Amino acid sequence: MSVAEAPSSGRGSAFAGAVGGDDLTIVEPLIFDRSRADRRAVRFPSASAAALASATGQPELPASVLRSRAPRLPEVSELDMLRHFNRLAHLNHAIDIGFYPLGSCTMKYNPKVNEWAARLPGLAESHPLDAEDLSQGSLELMWLLAELLKDISGFPAISLQPAAGAHGELTGMLMTRAYHRANGEGEQRIKVLVPDSAHGTNPATATMVGYQTVTIPSNERGGIDLDKLRAALGPDVAALMITNPSTLGIFEDQIGQVVAAVKDAGAIAYMDGANLNAILGRFRPGEAGFDIMHFNLHKTFSTPHGGGGPGAGPIGVSERLEPFLPAPIPTLVTGDATEVRANAWAGRSTDGARFALDEDRPQTIGKVRSCHGNFGMFVRAYTYIRSNGDAGLRTISEDAVLAANYLRVQLHDTYDLPYDRLSKHEVVFSGRRQKREHGVTTLDIAKAILDHGIHPPTIYFPLIVEEALMVEPTETESLETLDHFVGVMRAVADLAASDPAALKRAPTTTPVGRLDEAAAARRPDLRHTFGGAGAPEAPPSAPTAEVPTT
Amino acid sequence: MSYSPHTAADRERMLAAIGVESVDDLFADIPSAVRASAWDVPPPLVEQEVRTELARLAGRNRIPEVSFLGAGVYRHLVPSVVGEVIGRPEFSTAYTPYQPEVSQGTLQSIYEFQSLICELTQMEVATASHYDGATATAEAALMACRLTRRNRVAVSAGVNPDYRRVLETYCSGPGIEVVILPIDLTDGGTGTTDPAAVEALGAVACLIVAQPNFYGQLEPMRDLADAAHAGGAQLVAVVEPTSLALLAAPGDDGADIVTAEGQPLGIPASFGGPYVGLMAARMASVRQMPGRLVGATRDVAGRKGYVLTLQAREQHIRREKAASNICTNQALMALAATAYLVAVGPAGLREVAELSTTQARHATAALEDAGLARRRFGGTYFAEVTLNVPDAARRHAALAERGIVAGYLPERHDPALRDTLLLAATELTTDDDIARLLDGLEATR
Amino acid sequence: MALPDDLRYSKEHEWVRVEGSRATIGITGFAADELGDIVFVELPEVGASLGQFATFGVVESVKAVSDLFSPISGEVVEVNETLRASPELLNSDPFGDGWIAKVELADASEVDALMDADAYTAETA
Repeated sequence: MSVAEAPSSGRGSAFAGAVGGDDLTIVEPLIFDRSRADRRAVRFPSASAAALASATGQPELPASVLRSRAPRLPEVSELDMLRHFNRLAHLNHAIDIGFYPLGSCTMKYNPKVNEWAARLPGLAESHPLDAEDLSQGSLELMWLLAELLKDISGFPAISLQPAAGAHGELTGMLMTRAYHRANGEGEQRIKVLVPDSAHGTNPATATMVGYQTVTIPSNERGGIDLDKLRAALGPDVAALMITNPSTLGIFEDQIGQVVAAVKDAGAIAYMDGANLNAILGRFRPGEAGFDIMHFNLHKTFSTPHGGGGPGAGPIGVSERLEPFLPAPIPTLVTGDATEVRANAWAGRSTDGARFALDEDRPQTIGKVRSCHGNFGMFVRAYTYIRSNGDAGLRTISEDAVLAANYLRVQLHDTYDLPYDRLSKHEVVFSGRRQKREHGVTTLDIAKAILDHGIHPPTIYFPLIVEEALMVEPTETESLETLDHFVGVMRAVADLAASDPAALKRAPTTTPVGRLDEAAAARRPDLRHTFGGAGAPEAPPSAPTAEVPTT
Repeated sequence: MSYSPHTAADRERMLAAIGVESVDDLFADIPSAVRASAWDVPPPLVEQEVRTELARLAGRNRIPEVSFLGAGVYRHLVPSVVGEVIGRPEFSTAYTPYQPEVSQGTLQSIYEFQSLICELTQMEVATASHYDGATATAEAALMACRLTRRNRVAVSAGVNPDYRRVLETYCSGPGIEVVILPIDLTDGGTGTTDPAAVEALGAVACLIVAQPNFYGQLEPMRDLADAAHAGGAQLVAVVEPTSLALLAAPGDDGADIVTAEGQPLGIPASFGGPYVGLMAARMASVRQMPGRLVGATRDVAGRKGYVLTLQAREQHIRREKAASNICTNQALMALAATAYLVAVGPAGLREVAELSTTQARHATAALEDAGLARRRFGGTYFAEVTLNVPDAARRHAALAERGIVAGYLPERHDPALRDTLLLAATELTTDDDIARLLDGLEATR
Repeated sequence: MALPDDLRYSKEHEWVRVEGSRATIGITGFAADELGDIVFVELPEVGASLGQFATFGVVESVKAVSDLFSPISGEVVEVNETLRASPELLNSDPFGDGWIAKVELADASEVDALMDADAYTAETA
């Protein structure tokens, strides 16, 4: 067996009996169960008599293309609908409700003025295919955001197109491949190196681009093992993908040598920018020699996580990769860039400047998504960066790093600290002592934390730390919140010692308790079935054929 | 101004606890050789100043009074309740539901979303969403390659040209060949894909067809599915979600994988994003589906609950063997689509589809009667139509000056379609809009 | 779980029971415990040709996935269809009802490269 795993589930099943069945307590019914025939919420006007008369001259939709039965969407009143979604909302924890120290996710406050900006009709109603004359505001905003991201990262060129961090990784690796092909080395450079602490998207991305992944071990200080990296570099290596600060929350203090070694070997140096929150104003990857970095606008730049997206994953690239950027690129075609920036920064008019989408990119890798990118997130990120300004951005990293180190020193007696050194914006503890001494796992610890109204830290990542517990407070939490968290973590450790069984029963105060994930995977029930109350789906290997009943 | 709450006193306390003099000491691990040099980021702005700046940029856009522009992004009513639902901070400021006990709101709403997409498409399983219709389609092609173990895919030229570009980019990764199945774009032609031409493609993993296609025409889906299946290929149907109130569900037409852009379902145009990609397939293919899936289960106390499931397909477990690297879905946009479908209901969605098709036909008839335009293709169309219009580009620009966007200019991506316009109508298209379009085209003869 | 001593074991935590010219293969209790609740097994096809120590399938738990490496070479003559609907048998009875496949042995001497119960126990201590 070669086991690839991330977080572990509890071993052994606490669940007896089958999934489904009428004996289950329903927390909030499905919207389908609230449906009653002929109820309406939103209505629409009828076509005018004139329009109907006029339309009859045109070809009708023939019966062969028409639907045989109307879709069984729920029929509810507007009030019932709102109550349903509001009650669902009540079941969620969120940043706006309480502390959310998920390592690697940067769960900072999402400012509401960003939402105000994204809803401005001039921006929200702008059609991506409208003529450039009608879209100068949208194009200018994208151009200004790209300029700011260049300043922040030290890269000379930006693409805003990728829709998420993983999408930015895909874009970067496609560009890497295009670069090597253009240099006649496309066939020979087939490997991508990643540290053993890498996020799963890194090797998954490499595979999507047809590369083999080679894992480089970390050294005893938690940095990448430079000797092993050098040994692995060669003419068959396309790139190194590395996160800095690492997924251990530690700055790679040999980063200069790492980048030099990679580039000397003819490979591309890719930085995963998920942890940018730690280094704003302190380290600029483009300046330090990296070829590519992806930004996560939904992490460092405060756009809301939305329960799992939308995000945005722009990339910064070096000059040698610039020709391969996805097309089109918002470009300043009339006006001087320095002057336009100065005017925009000072709040003066930029009406003389003209922007266009540059499609003339002969070496582009193509497009990685439709249209131009998650523009709504650009509006939010631009608003955020302009609100913070130079001083605010620096304060972000200072306070994020301060808070993480504060938690490190407050908790390092309570939980094992596998790498006892200066943290950046996040700190990784291990629950191995609690496991050894009391038989409780990091999962149990996380579930106990839930009962205190706090979202647990990230668990079981990075993979190189046993029973990992990754804490990222961010810069937007008050000292009282941080101290409260310390108290909770100590209380859970105490409970682990005095009553481990209590941890294994946790959580008991949340809307639902621990869920049977094994049953969910063995007998997948992935959608409501009409007419068959609680009937589970057939297992995936069974033949298809669901007979719909009205 | 930053959103950090820390005062000087707070920082002093933390520094003292850590045992360092100043915050700079906490950055001593950055070697001086790689320390950042000065940057040119502007100074901070307080709220009223940042509002002024964003209003300035919004003011540089001109939102047309009348627009017939579609081409993959459609202006539909975004009901007020949709904004209320996705504005709930419990939905918008939550993370991916990895701790399901405190994420049942997100998880159940995704389960409802999956259910609604299955019902609309008449497919057996739907994912929790993708970045957009283009990437969902590209991922579907890669999925078809895994299922059939073939490395060629065929796509109709009737599929959105943007989607075809993204497909080519995605296929360039693993070296999958993309072949284009031409459609009849001649004046007076069908404007559709010919099922008889499928066999000549040879062995492909899938045939990707849009319904309606980019030019508004309705494709012979059943015949195309049969032709694809005869060659052992999957049929990937790219559909428009509001049309599914009236048009045959792709699952009933023999589609193996269905993708779509969900933007028409309660999501504003927003200059290209965020949108939401839909994907649905058969249960037998579920293990090759990329993206998140939510499943129902029970908790220890016998309560119904929802969890992310079949996660072993995904990047955080399979890593280099994952079907896709996708991490984020577009949860909040999927919630918008869910809220929209619930808000309009089956009757409302039907009203939207009927009014869209009626107004498209009304506009076309009026233009033809006035001698201003002629339908280019035979057959039938849904709510978007390709018209022959002499001197289209000049007149389109002139109308734009008057605040009227006369649809999309297909010559932007295909010079053979010079002097045509692609007009889209929705339930927001009024008779007055159509009258103004007529007047504008009349005045620019 | 006591290790049956009529079986031979591989480093990759598979077992084989030789019965004349045929053999039955599966995964060990140790492997099943490491994986946690098993939710899916990708079985080989009848007629497939397995190579010793080569991959022949995949097993998934809720939070992990693992390749299966065949302990011996041979042609698959039967697979345990019950595992499709009840993958949990790999957790509850890995050496019995949780068997994965029956193979026509290509080379009986390959078994010499495998460990006996004592050696495997020592290996997984």
